[in-house]
Amino acid sequence: MEITYTYTRKRSEFGRHCNFTDWPARVTVDIPPDPSMADNFIPQDPVDVAIQHSYDMSEHEVNTERLRTESRGVNHTEGGWPRDINPQEPEQTTRFRKKLEKEENYINTIVHLGSLMEHCVRQNNTVNIYEEYFGEEETAEVEDEPPSAKIINTIRDPNVPKRTAARISWQPGTSGKLAVAYCSLEFQPNVEDMSLDSYIWDLVKPNKPELTLKPSSPLVSLEYNPKDSYVLLGGCYNGQMAYWDTRKGKLPVEVSTVEVSHRDPVYGALWLQSKTGTDCFSASTDGQVLWWDIRKLSEPTETLVLDVTRKGLLENALGAVSLEFEPTLPTKFMVGTEQGIVIAGNRKAKSPLEKIAGTYSGHLGPIYALSRNPLYPKIFLTVGDWTARIWSEEAKESSIMWTKYHLSYLTDGCWSTVRPAVFFTTRSDGTLDVWDFLFKQKDPSLSLKVCNEPLSSLRLQDTGRVVACGSKVGTVTLLEISSGLCTLQKNEKNMVNAMFERETKREKILEARHRELRLKERGKPEGPEAVPERAAVEDPQEVLERVRKEFFEEIEAEMRRKTRAETQDLHGKDKELLGEEAAAHEIQLPEEEGMEEKEEEKKEEEEEKEEEKKEEKEEEKKEEKEEEKKEEKEEEKKEEEKKEKKEEEKKEEEEGEKKEEKEGEKKEEEEEKKEEKEEEKKEELKEDTDAAKPKERDRAGQLVVAAGSSQEGDTEQSHMSPTC
Amino acid sequence: MAEVEETLKRIQSHKGVIATMVINAEGIPVRTNLDNSTTVQYAGLLHQLTTKARSTVRDLDPQNDLTFLRIRSKKHEIMVAPDKEYLLIVVQNPCE
Repeated sequence: MEITYTYTRKRSEFGRHCNFTDWPARVTVDIPPDPSMADNFIPQDPVDVAIQHSYDMSEHEVNTERLRTESRGVNHTEGGWPRDINPQEPEQTTRFRKKLEKEENYINTIVHLGSLMEHCVRQNNTVNIYEEYFGEEETAEVEDEPPSAKIINTIRDPNVPKRTAARISWQPGTSGKLAVAYCSLEFQPNVEDMSLDSYIWDLVKPNKPELTLKPSSPLVSLEYNPKDSYVLLGGCYNGQMAYWDTRKGKLPVEVSTVEVSHRDPVYGALWLQSKTGTDCFSASTDGQVLWWDIRKLSEPTETLVLDVTRKGLLENALGAVSLEFEPTLPTKFMVGTEQGIVIAGNRKAKSPLEKIAGTYSGHLGPIYALSRNPLYPKIFLTVGDWTARIWSEEAKESSIMWTKYHLSYLTDGCWSTVRPAVFFTTRSDGTLDVWDFLFKQKDPSLSLKVCNEPLSSLRLQDTGRVVACGSKVGTVTLLEISSGLCTLQKNEKNMVNAMFERETKREKILEARHRELRLKERGKPEGPEAVPERAAVEDPQEVLERVRKEFFEEIEAEMRRKTRAETQDLHGKDKELLGEEAAAHEIQLPEEEGMEEKEEEKKEEEEEKEEEKKEEKEEEKKEEKEEEKKEEKEEEKKEEEKKEKKEEEKKEEEEGEKKEEKEGEKKEEEEEKKEEKEEEKKEELKEDTDAAKPKERDRAGQLVVAAGSSQEGDTEQSHMSPTC
Repeated sequence: MAEVEETLKRIQSHKGVIATMVINAEGIPVRTNLDNSTTVQYAGLLHQLTTKARSTVRDLDPQNDLTFLRIRSKKHEIMVAPDKEYLLIVVQNPCE
């Protein structure tokens, strides 16, 4: 039905403004209910109505535009001087000042102001009105705050094909600049449109690099000269060494010649301690450590091949992936290798072969980071595979402390520059861990997911407050760590020292013990060797048999112990049935002889059978629990016992046979004795079985068991016959 | 003339006083015991600040006037004594 309402108007009045007026409510259409229509409806009860009781969620995305800031400066010049005076001319200005100072007004003013000022100065010197009385308590509260870190800045690689931030170096002295070496370290990277540049960033202007370093091959390592903050040392992917002077622009000042450089990426390049501040050294996966003077990069000043056998062969050399040098120990250096061995070196050794002073092995993979504790240089940290390890120079055989095995690889690590008990590690799942082993040894005291990509490098600012983490896609994240982690705690030095000493001592004791054990072993090599020889001769089949036998023996012993009490009750009854049992035994014999021929086949089938039997046993056990009748229970148990015993006997026999074959006829007598005993046992058991059999046949489920057990008896008999 | 010298010397001799300087209404340093560039910086900035402070005080109450300006900072206290024509600035380290 439709509701229509029409109104008419003259043609000439079309388009005229309507004149709406207020109107009381009135009914236009009234539809009375029609009861006949109710029949068209079918009432439904209950009605299914779907109601979802959960919050309505909606997804929104907001993409904020990146704000690019730029710093600009305006130069102000000194002004305010009268027109005829040039402020740059000292003569004119002094003359003007002299003139001013002679004025009456000036004298009066200054005398007046002077007295006013003096009053204030005296006031300041008398009372410190801003003195804080309760300052100390507040600082105590600050120490209790939980360790935390906040991201203060993120620097992104401006190039489109992203490269790994391979190395970060903070500019010494200032705290606002850092150099980042970018290089794709993947296997066979797509180098076509990959940029070679590395950058120096100023944290005040994180949008644009302050300086672009343009090497001939991407930089893998980059290091500021600690003495001259304008000079940077770089190691290239192709093995060349280069250095930059930031005052001289983006191109390297000098590059080493390819022929004498490394043949692999330079993973470690560090400055050495020297008067001129121009000495440096580098290490690469080609197994060489080269020393350089940047004034003459055409050839290295010294060379060392990392051959731990001290033969100096390049083909035996271990590839270096990390390098360490501590200015307080100027003759020492350390190299971390791809094979997980740390090589300690002494630069001042007499012959080049003696430069390798010692090795420390404990890691399972390449050592990505190696650094000495800034306060205790004898203690050093290595990061490789899934762990970070702390070593003492004195304990050569193993590290003194180590972290748990992480689920992801560790990629870099370093000590805190301020606190001797704190170190940082980065993981390949993008997590930064801060460890404080005075606080917690098993877990990091702070774990922070920095990004989703693997972190690749880590460097701490000299103040120890800001950490820069480089990721695989070239993002450098700067984190400020809470003050608790970067201020020396009370008594910390002593506690750390004690801890290091204790752990070193422990390792030394363990080392001594190991050495002792090794000496002992060397002293009597024949004893322990005899046993493994026999074991080696043993056929796998035999081993299996032996193990199986041991297993069943154990089970049987258990069973016997359980059933002993019950068996005793029935003992008298069993004896009465002896006669019957013996008859049954005789009847079975002919069958057994036929079986003899199939002996070999049966052996093969034994495995299967035993499995079946096991299952059966389990079934029986279950049934036992279910059944309430005591008699039946006992019988079953006896049956089991019998089976097990038979098995055991059989095995013993088999073993016996084998032994005979091997060892000759010496043991025949013993065998016979055994067999006699076994027969006795068997007879006893048969009594049990026969008592059990008739009753078991009543229950269909048990028939299988009975049949199986009788067969067992057969095989056993067949074995028995030849020996008897 | 001698009176002025005497006054300034006396102020300078007090404990913790680091710098004294006199600046005229145009912001030109007339007398100073610091180097020129630092003095120019102090003069330029404090002159502006004092003018602003004075106008603030006067705006709040036209009958009022600025007589002294003390700036307490982390390292020291900068005290400015203003007059119509000249400013006397003293930098003092009160903690010493």
